[in-house]
Amino acid sequence: MKTQRIVNVGVGGQGNLLASNLLGQAALEAGVPVVVSEIHGMAQRGGVVESAVLLGGAKSPIVSDAEADIIVSFEPVETLRILNKAHKGTLVITNTRPLPPFTVAIGQAPYPKPDEAIKFIKKKVGRLVAFDGQELAEKAKNPLSLNMVLLGALFAVGELPVPVKTMKKMIKQNSKERFVEANLKAFDLGFQAAAGN
Amino acid sequence: MDKLLTPSAGQTHLLLGNEAIVRGALEAGVAFATCYPGTPSSEVPDTLYRLRKESPDKVKYYFEYSTNEKVAMECAAGAAVGGLRTLCTMKHVGLNVAADPLMTLAYTGVNAGMVVLTADDPSLFSSQNEQDNRFYARLSGLPMLEPAGPAELKAMTVYGFKLSEELGLPVLLRTTTRVNHARESVTFAPLGKVKTKAEFKKNPFRFVTVPAVSRQLHLKLLKSYEQAQAISEASDLNPITGKGKLGVIVSGVSANYVQDALDDLGAKNQVKVLKLGLSWPLPEKKIVKFLKAVEKVLVVEELEPIVEQAVKALAQQNRLDLPIAGKGPGLFSRAYEYNPRLVRDVIAHYFGFKYKGTTALKLDDTPNLPGRPPNLCPGCPHRATYYAVKQVVGDQAIHPTDIGCYTLGLLPPISMADFVICMGSSVSSSGGLNRATGKKVVSFIGDSTFFHSGITGLINAVHNNHDFTLVILDNGTTAMTGHQPNPGVDTTAMGDPTTHIDLEGVVRGLGVTHVTTIKPFKVRASIEAIKEAVDHKGVSVIISKEICPLFGRRIAPKSRKPFQVNLDKCKGHLDCINKVACPAMFKEEGKARINPLQCIGCALCAQICPENAILPVKAEG
Repeated sequence: MKTQRIVNVGVGGQGNLLASNLLGQAALEAGVPVVVSEIHGMAQRGGVVESAVLLGGAKSPIVSDAEADIIVSFEPVETLRILNKAHKGTLVITNTRPLPPFTVAIGQAPYPKPDEAIKFIKKKVGRLVAFDGQELAEKAKNPLSLNMVLLGALFAVGELPVPVKTMKKMIKQNSKERFVEANLKAFDLGFQAAAGN
Repeated sequence: MDKLLTPSAGQTHLLLGNEAIVRGALEAGVAFATCYPGTPSSEVPDTLYRLRKESPDKVKYYFEYSTNEKVAMECAAGAAVGGLRTLCTMKHVGLNVAADPLMTLAYTGVNAGMVVLTADDPSLFSSQNEQDNRFYARLSGLPMLEPAGPAELKAMTVYGFKLSEELGLPVLLRTTTRVNHARESVTFAPLGKVKTKAEFKKNPFRFVTVPAVSRQLHLKLLKSYEQAQAISEASDLNPITGKGKLGVIVSGVSANYVQDALDDLGAKNQVKVLKLGLSWPLPEKKIVKFLKAVEKVLVVEELEPIVEQAVKALAQQNRLDLPIAGKGPGLFSRAYEYNPRLVRDVIAHYFGFKYKGTTALKLDDTPNLPGRPPNLCPGCPHRATYYAVKQVVGDQAIHPTDIGCYTLGLLPPISMADFVICMGSSVSSSGGLNRATGKKVVSFIGDSTFFHSGITGLINAVHNNHDFTLVILDNGTTAMTGHQPNPGVDTTAMGDPTTHIDLEGVVRGLGVTHVTTIKPFKVRASIEAIKEAVDHKGVSVIISKEICPLFGRRIAPKSRKPFQVNLDKCKGHLDCINKVACPAMFKEEGKARINPLQCIGCALCAQICPENAILPVKAEG
């Protein structure tokens, strides 16, 4: 089986670690060899959070620079920051809704113009799928379901060896009951957005 | 029921490394567990705590969050000498704190299996240094197990108890962040029987380490070392795989990088790999045999060249002159963790393999990106305390600080962290800095860290007439590592009620005469109290008492009452943003704005605004 190296990046609180964990569980359920890695602790106080999912048989739990096959990013500036993990064939899926860090709020640095950022990324990598995932999360009636939206997008365009129905089963099993419907809806909206992107 | 409590064998789950340790301990029938939390080890005790809380009728072990690692080690030593299978967990720097009991516990040994987890943090994701705790195995004479991933971690935890009983010694289980925080599929064996009571047979010639006894115990430990080495020689945890005239010796997570590298390079038939899982004592005979069968060797180990130097010494003793390398220019570094590409590149370079991998993008035209350093949360009381102290002492005072969320006071605009080296150092270093410089010193420590190792420093300061103000940031929990209870709270980790240890009473009991407890969100009153404390000659203590809002929301959720800026009143002073930098605030068209989704209504900014332009959302109506 071909190894797929997937990096998830976002900001503390966006649910990136859960997305990786659920994808890992779906892979295990589908019999696809999988390793996941996370970073906990100090890094989570409003900082950048990165996790990785390696499907298909690699033993190493992390992804080196220039070796990500897929990058899923929850925030446009973090997409720019993580491009060191990409190569010219990398598929990048990004939410376009900015979440400016406080260094912008206190005027230490400007936030790059979102349109230009997207253009820049498009120039560099094999394929870019960019859309306002936060809007879809809100449409699904759970503003915290951006992670589900992006998982949906990943399944639409990532050519993963894991069936969609297995992924959905894991989402169902691992969501609090009152969020199951919204999370599945968010997954579908993300899937459609990416499939049509 | 939690999957970790599945009694039978056979199920496979995707487990975090730290969960795998817990499952391993349960399969080994662990009866007693102590810890001090610290990244990357924290999910081990947190999982033990959670299982205890959620399924009190299903788990049989005793568990505690101890006040510090030394206490955790000593408490665990008592249980293990008393005959119970015991687990004791901490991060790498925690083992420094616990090193004193460990060194001599190695002399007495234990009467039941004892596994000590030391979780190292190469690349310092969440630590103040990246020391290599493999040295502790050499220093103490205790055996060490080094898993490469979660599945091995579970197996080695189970084996650790067995090995510990075979040798009568505690066993060190050494992990790194990438093992603790990786997830992979782990297959369960049945849960073990738990023996919860045992008998302690008095034996002063073994357990009372006066010099005459310890002289004998040291010889006994050296004998045990020989026994452990024989086990290591024969152990299938030290396997040789692959074939060929080139050799790699590897331990820890790097073993996975090596495997992937040899796959990528198509070099499995050219490179033989000796993986050290039971990595101390070294299987010296096996290593020598390995060296004799290859022509060139690369040692792959993160951090210090410990194995490399030992292998070179063995080669010298055996008059083998094959090239052996590890650290050095063009090879591996002694700093930071490794990664698959680095390991593949070094293997290819050292052995002369060709590999065409992916090329890095040219990114020198990337726009300047705003940094996203970690930050104190919206509504964090530490921010209010820092603000109040700065109003009193300005930028001139020196601020020793400590290990916890409040270390983030380092960042502008707060910029109130000047010296930190380890847990408790804020208190003890204050006297030194004050006497050396004659400057005003106001230091900061959290409640959990104060209980951990601030108390002795404070006694020292009072006794030796030091002159500084200590601010204890009492947020009622151990926030940084995930809200574990500490001695200042009302229940134990077993869920039993406990004596609430009153911080102010402790501080007064230590002989501090000027002690004031403040509510940091009452800004004016806090400033007054801090002024008095700072003017006091000698040691004064401010206890800034306010619950961590993340923790508070979890234990007693209440509705947030966010604030907003009245844009007619705001004159754009921006004191609110420039002086406290709350992540809920941002600037728009020269005026301050508040993100209502992030604001929790602590009202700090409202009290700072010179125009009184910040008001609760509903009052604006």
